[in-house]
Amino acid sequence: MRWVSARTTVFFSGIIGWTGLLQAQTGSVNNAAIQQHLQQLDQAVANAQLSADNAWMLVCAALVLMMTIPGLALFYGGLVRKKNVLSTMMHSFAMVGIVSVVWAFVGYSLCFGSGTSFIGGLHHLFLRGVGAAPNPAYAATIPQSTFMIYQLMFAIITPALISGAFAERMKFSAMALFSLLWSLFVYAPMAHMVWGKGGLLNASLGGAIPTLDFAGGTVVHVTSGVSALVCALYLGKRLHYPKEPMPPHSVVLSFVGAGMLWVGWFGFNAGSALSAGTLATSAFVATHLGAAAAAIGWSLAEWMRNGKPSALGAISGAVAGLVAITPAAGFVGPMSALAIGFLAGLFCYFMVVKVKQRFGYDDSLDAFGVHGAGGTLGAILTGIFASRVINPIFKDAHGNALPVGWLDGNWMQVPHQLVGIAIAWVVSIVGTLVLLKIVDLLVGLRVAGSEEAEGLDLTQHGEEGYDWEIAAS
Amino acid sequence: MQKIEAIIQPSKLDAVKEALIEAGVEGMTILEARGHGRQKGHTEFYRGREYSVDVLPKIKLELVIADAMVERAVQAILKTAGTGRIGDGKIFISRIDNAIRIRNDERGEAAL
Repeated sequence: MRWVSARTTVFFSGIIGWTGLLQAQTGSVNNAAIQQHLQQLDQAVANAQLSADNAWMLVCAALVLMMTIPGLALFYGGLVRKKNVLSTMMHSFAMVGIVSVVWAFVGYSLCFGSGTSFIGGLHHLFLRGVGAAPNPAYAATIPQSTFMIYQLMFAIITPALISGAFAERMKFSAMALFSLLWSLFVYAPMAHMVWGKGGLLNASLGGAIPTLDFAGGTVVHVTSGVSALVCALYLGKRLHYPKEPMPPHSVVLSFVGAGMLWVGWFGFNAGSALSAGTLATSAFVATHLGAAAAAIGWSLAEWMRNGKPSALGAISGAVAGLVAITPAAGFVGPMSALAIGFLAGLFCYFMVVKVKQRFGYDDSLDAFGVHGAGGTLGAILTGIFASRVINPIFKDAHGNALPVGWLDGNWMQVPHQLVGIAIAWVVSIVGTLVLLKIVDLLVGLRVAGSEEAEGLDLTQHGEEGYDWEIAAS
Repeated sequence: MQKIEAIIQPSKLDAVKEALIEAGVEGMTILEARGHGRQKGHTEFYRGREYSVDVLPKIKLELVIADAMVERAVQAILKTAGTGRIGDGKIFISRIDNAIRIRNDERGEAAL
């Protein structure tokens, strides 16, 4: 064990040496002293574990933030037209600022404080009681503050994902207000129900309808994806869509962003193990294999349909796989992960290329096609492939592991997943519709036609993304 | 004095430039342009939607040269810019009223 300190080794050697010496002298008189040393040893080992888990979790929190800035900012930014690149990146960046503050004030409490089955309470308002001491309900070996900051990064990226649906036409003020309200009224209830203590759908803390969601398939991807669809339909299509082609201004930026998303996703999924142990490894492996298989799946489908596998298709496939493996990461083995990924690659390709065309909605950056659809598929497949060998989350009264997913012997899990998914869909649709209406009445959602034509970078932010004028010097 | 405007394929620029310099042309302006004639564009795919790219990258050369040199320059371009396929480009010739060297106010063909 690399992380046992020198001090611990010294203690141990000291005890052996001292014990030997004392046995020779006095026998059992120094039992109390030995007990005291053993206690100190226990404490040192616990501290070592805490250090290892905390180090891992802090790194994971940083990785997940990197997924938003600059991962998602680049991925989305490259996909829009040049005149809207900054506005799109600001959609992600603004979330970091806004959601962080809201989280510190009330968001964390609403998600993870004890409350009802549907929403947390205000016990942790202004992060009261959230400090160095662990919260054993969630993670016994890391400070609650670490858990809080890690979860914050999830709360940040979720509304940022929605921006893919309303890119290139939503007012910045409306986006900011909508996202702030959405994180309180849609994200918080969903996060609480699935992950919060007492949550209706919480699989590990005795929820009435246990829904397996390791790292946020329903909480993050289904909610953001479905909300994205609602936004796309409510706001309407971009000017001249679909007649005028609107290809990405820089697939290169999207490529870089996708790479960061893949690497960052290890923090998202493996970090959801909330410790640096074997479950984190399992989730890490499943995440990577899911992404790889999905990239191949999408590329194959595209190759067969168009005759060429595009770079954008390959990275989109990878993201789709990462989305789908998110609820499953800590529940399934490597082979299941490959299967889930491959299916997600095919399914999301189909959603983005056929279904979107068929129904004609302008989900500009395919937030619904990848996150909504991929998350839904992943959540269902989790119910099928989850295995107690990987994660014995259900135990009987004697502590024996019970079947988890369908193939493991628990077919009931699939209906449970469907209930969780359905709740996510309903909460997202209703919540988003109401909030869009409110924000529309308060500030108006869409920019004017002339502003949309000129570009949001100039009209919303007074800036240009690239200053490549001829006569500058 | 005549102006030659030649729109050629970007990949032919180096060959055409060399040939013109060899032919005795001393100055030219090179612009990046986009356009098409009878050459159709190509199709690209984005998210399953097919769209055609009609506006193709081209290079435009502008030369102002003495009347006596015009045919030599045109021949140089014709020999090096062509591939035999549609999309090779075009040459336009127009008359120039005057040319002036900014450095010393030289005028006429002496300014070329």
